[in-house]
Amino acid sequence: MTLLIDKHLKPSLQEVMEKGTFLVTGEIGPPKGTDIDEMIGHIDLLKDLVHGMNITDNQSSVMRYPSLATALIIKEKGGEPNLQVTCRDRNRMAIEADLLFAYTRGIRSVLCLTGDSIPVGDHPDSKGVFDIESVQLLQLISGMEEGKDTGGNELEGAVEFYKGAIVTPEADPIEPQMIKFEKKIEAGAQFFQTQAVYDMDNFKRFMERARKIDDKVKICAGLVLLTSPGAIKYMNNNVPGVFIPEDLAKEMTDAPKEERLKTGIRIMARQIRQCIDEKLCDGVHIMAIGKEGVVPQILDEAGVDITKL
Amino acid sequence: MIISTSKPFEEVLKELEGEDNVFVVGCGLCATTCETGGEEQVAGMKAKLEAEGKNVTGAIVYDEVCHELNTKRKFRENKEAVEAADGFLVMCCGAGVQAVREATEKDVHPACDTVFLGNIQRYGDFIQKCSLCGDCVLEEFGAICPVTRCHKGILNGPCGGTDEGKCETDKEKDCAWTLIYNQLEKMGKLDRFRTIYGPKNWQTIMKPGRVVLEKKGEGG
Repeated sequence: MTLLIDKHLKPSLQEVMEKGTFLVTGEIGPPKGTDIDEMIGHIDLLKDLVHGMNITDNQSSVMRYPSLATALIIKEKGGEPNLQVTCRDRNRMAIEADLLFAYTRGIRSVLCLTGDSIPVGDHPDSKGVFDIESVQLLQLISGMEEGKDTGGNELEGAVEFYKGAIVTPEADPIEPQMIKFEKKIEAGAQFFQTQAVYDMDNFKRFMERARKIDDKVKICAGLVLLTSPGAIKYMNNNVPGVFIPEDLAKEMTDAPKEERLKTGIRIMARQIRQCIDEKLCDGVHIMAIGKEGVVPQILDEAGVDITKL
Repeated sequence: MIISTSKPFEEVLKELEGEDNVFVVGCGLCATTCETGGEEQVAGMKAKLEAEGKNVTGAIVYDEVCHELNTKRKFRENKEAVEAADGFLVMCCGAGVQAVREATEKDVHPACDTVFLGNIQRYGDFIQKCSLCGDCVLEEFGAICPVTRCHKGILNGPCGGTDEGKCETDKEKDCAWTLIYNQLEKMGKLDRFRTIYGPKNWQTIMKPGRVVLEKKGEGG
């Protein structure tokens, strides 16, 4: 019996990337509870406008509807999921089992993350697992593709995923970050989505460094929608690895209150355009964080139609 | 050094509910240094318990409460006070509390929380650098332990949360991976950083751990 989710209604992220097409992905943040209608609305809204959608995995260490379940909903809806897997909440056994399941349900790409630390989230007393971390998770998947689990046991049926990872262009210091980037590639990473970038000059410098290390691995710029001057201040002060330059902050502050979201949309549209026109990278990953409804506007303003890229 | 902190006195009192006669044990080693179970703290506890109407049948401080034979011997030496007690309040680490457990049938109460194996940076300032993982990786990382000093225990480099060389969980704490990078670079051994370390073996010593020394041969 063929289930709907066994059919691939969209090209995989790997197929898009390997054709040399500029990749545009969005992100779905599952809700905290069983009211999934709004999330499904976002999936319906985005599925044909982007090549794929990341699904966050208990993002910011806040317990939510599972990423794997959301990935299946995206498949059912005819979209293309990019499953985020963190190592914070599951040990290597649980992750391996989830990956077997994901593969058999038609999930073709996985983004490997270590995961945020426990104290930043809404279960600050719980135990962080961190049995493995991002580099080892990439290794784990590479091993499962060869037909073996991390216990060294033979699998009855291997997996195959397009393996993604994260890199932080604004990390301070940057040198250890770049070594880790290289190790992730060695461990099997085929594509990267960066932590949020705003300072495009610094992003260019980062891309030069990255290309020197590996000129084939695919790199997509992570873009997070700015919504208010307060959010900028918060991110600059509290979110490590994120830096919003003064000119962007000023652009937001100068905008009248009712124009701020519009300004954020304009900034992101401009950044997307710059990435495409200047061929800075292989794609963009749009994180609208709670404002998924404006993604069509962002793409429209950037003049991006994925059928024409 | 085993680092302990004192439980709030109200909590200790609750533990001792219904026990009028209490024997207090402190430790001359770690708990003395941590000021959780030295002579001064044991005397203070005795006074506070008496002020609450308890009868303190005995209050002793000796080295290595965790040494089970030693604790049994101390209990024999204080037989009368031990027998007069309804329960025991132990002012040191969890190992010490459980050594007392082996020495009596009566109820045994912890007065401290045992928090980590710590280094003494200076008097009264303790820091965790080793988490007793059973599979030492210090050789690989310039004698700086990422299992302990990186909040997530990452073996392959910094997470995205490192900021000006500090940890995302606490700006007062150094990012272990910045320390490791700087140390390995100084020594010209960055190749160790470039090496991928696979999943760690968390079961080298299965919990609960036990090590028994081999008996030495005749005359050995």
